[in-house]
Amino acid sequence: MAAQQKGSGSLSAVLSPEEQAGQDRFEQIIADDSRIEPRDWMPEAYRKTLTRQMSQHAHSEIIGMQPEANWITRAPSLKRKAILMAKVQDEAGHGLYLYSGTETLGTPRDVLNDQLMEGKAKYSSIFNYPARSWADMGAIGWLVDGAAIANQVPLCRASFGPYGRAMVRICKEESFHQRQGFEILLELANGTEAQKKMAQDAVNRFYAPSLMMFGPPDSDSPNSSQSTAWKIKRFSNDELRQRFVGMIAEQVKVLGLTLPDPELRFDEKSGTWIHMDLDWVEFKAVIAGAGPCNAQRLQRRRDAHNEGAWVREAAAAYAAKMARKTEVA
Amino acid sequence: MSASKTDHTFDSFGDSSASATRVTPGNALRPEDIAIQQEKPGELVAQYALRLGDDALILAQRLSHWISRGPELEEDIALGNIALDQLGHARSFLSYAALAWDKTEDDLAYFREEEDFRSLHIFEQPNGDFGVTVMRQLITSIYQHLLYTALLDSSDETIAAISAKAVKEIDYHRDHAIAWTLRLGLGTEESASRMRHALDILWPYVGEIFEDEELHAQLGDVGVAPSSLHAAWEEEFTSVLKDAELELPTVPFAMARGRRGEHSEHLGFILAEMQVLARKHPGATW
Repeated sequence: MAAQQKGSGSLSAVLSPEEQAGQDRFEQIIADDSRIEPRDWMPEAYRKTLTRQMSQHAHSEIIGMQPEANWITRAPSLKRKAILMAKVQDEAGHGLYLYSGTETLGTPRDVLNDQLMEGKAKYSSIFNYPARSWADMGAIGWLVDGAAIANQVPLCRASFGPYGRAMVRICKEESFHQRQGFEILLELANGTEAQKKMAQDAVNRFYAPSLMMFGPPDSDSPNSSQSTAWKIKRFSNDELRQRFVGMIAEQVKVLGLTLPDPELRFDEKSGTWIHMDLDWVEFKAVIAGAGPCNAQRLQRRRDAHNEGAWVREAAAAYAAKMARKTEVA
Repeated sequence: MSASKTDHTFDSFGDSSASATRVTPGNALRPEDIAIQQEKPGELVAQYALRLGDDALILAQRLSHWISRGPELEEDIALGNIALDQLGHARSFLSYAALAWDKTEDDLAYFREEEDFRSLHIFEQPNGDFGVTVMRQLITSIYQHLLYTALLDSSDETIAAISAKAVKEIDYHRDHAIAWTLRLGLGTEESASRMRHALDILWPYVGEIFEDEELHAQLGDVGVAPSSLHAAWEEEFTSVLKDAELELPTVPFAMARGRRGEHSEHLGFILAEMQVLARKHPGATW
């Protein structure tokens, strides 16, 4: 950690010749649209930004397992149960790659996990909303994973190699997830009246939070311009949100459901989608910890971690014993 | 069992595009294929498949609760994977049994009453702490490995085909359970003590696993008499315990009669949770 802190925030510091060479190379790689790898020199702020973004992404995968795991034991058919289990398991896998990717920047997984449990790290605010009905499994797949894909496909070209490569695999799996969510909703929308009502209710609840997954409007997004210059971020929050709204506005017709947005329309003149105003006050409150499920989600993570402490200690003690045994032999 | 048996061609299964190597990984026999196959089991075979299916289903339901609650992320994935495998076996066996009664896997899973389930009590036992789950896995995975290995020779082709797929997966479940039994048995004083406790509370339900029913005699070489697996199970199980420096408990076996529909008090809650949504919407498709 000490090495990582060095130089951060010291814009006025004079660079040593080695650092200057590193910086020049870094800038060349960015200019060439090539990839920065973990052993390459990188500015501390770049390292810090990526550590924050990648770990937030990992935390989102891990916390995001909870609302869906909530329905595994109640899934209404064995096939749906199998699909949902595989999906939540994929999310654990995504969390694992992303933590591993973040570790290449110098912060170990247990430090990142502590930051999450202590409430110091953020994760996607949408997972602080409850998954109340089975249809939420559909809405989460279609809207939440759909928004995640819109966000993440450009990240496959992120300038930091391990992040970009992790995103390639993650995006492939996410697109399965989105299709299964859409299929759940399609089945419900063509089912009984009660099922259709359940589907519409889920879409109504997840629509606005999913639009807010792209983050605040460009006019109010503090980290964006530097991330864009470093080619971590390729499109602005509003551009990505536009792309997503346009996609779901078409797909919802296939479902035979509606989006809860009376203002939604494509404006030919400006070539953009107009949607309702989003409640950024609520968004900020949820991020700050006041969402319906923030306390529950974090406590569940802490409980799992604390209840597993004796298991991890035993595994470490056993590994040490085996290592000693090998040494003796 | 002969290795060639696992590579057997089960080409009479599923749709006509079924490959000759359906039971090899990546091109495996699927429950959906079984559900549409022409070959229907007789009543006795269906009863047998129901038992194997119920055991796997209840275990899958139990294990799936660990997803997002494991001691490490890797264990969320491992236990989730094991649960998913068990669910796959359950779906295959239940799909097969269902053919005998013109029903579906979901009719059997969601619309049977508690007394119609045939699961053993060991599979119904609560997850407890991670040590209890590992011990339940050790007991059941060694048993299931022996069982499915023996069933590769079943005279019923579908039972043999499902077993051929299952045995490869159970092999990993058994490895996982053994590795954790060693870590926890030899890890710390606390972990060893928790494992002794786990063994004490689960041991009463081991006896039922190896009790024969009349059905087994009637089935002939379709099935396997559970008592015939007992000696091999005990040998393997005690050898793992020995390596983990754990001892067989002295508590007696319980009068557990899950195979007759007399279940632990736990099953009612497991089914209440599992069946609630499906039963709220009878006739709906999902």
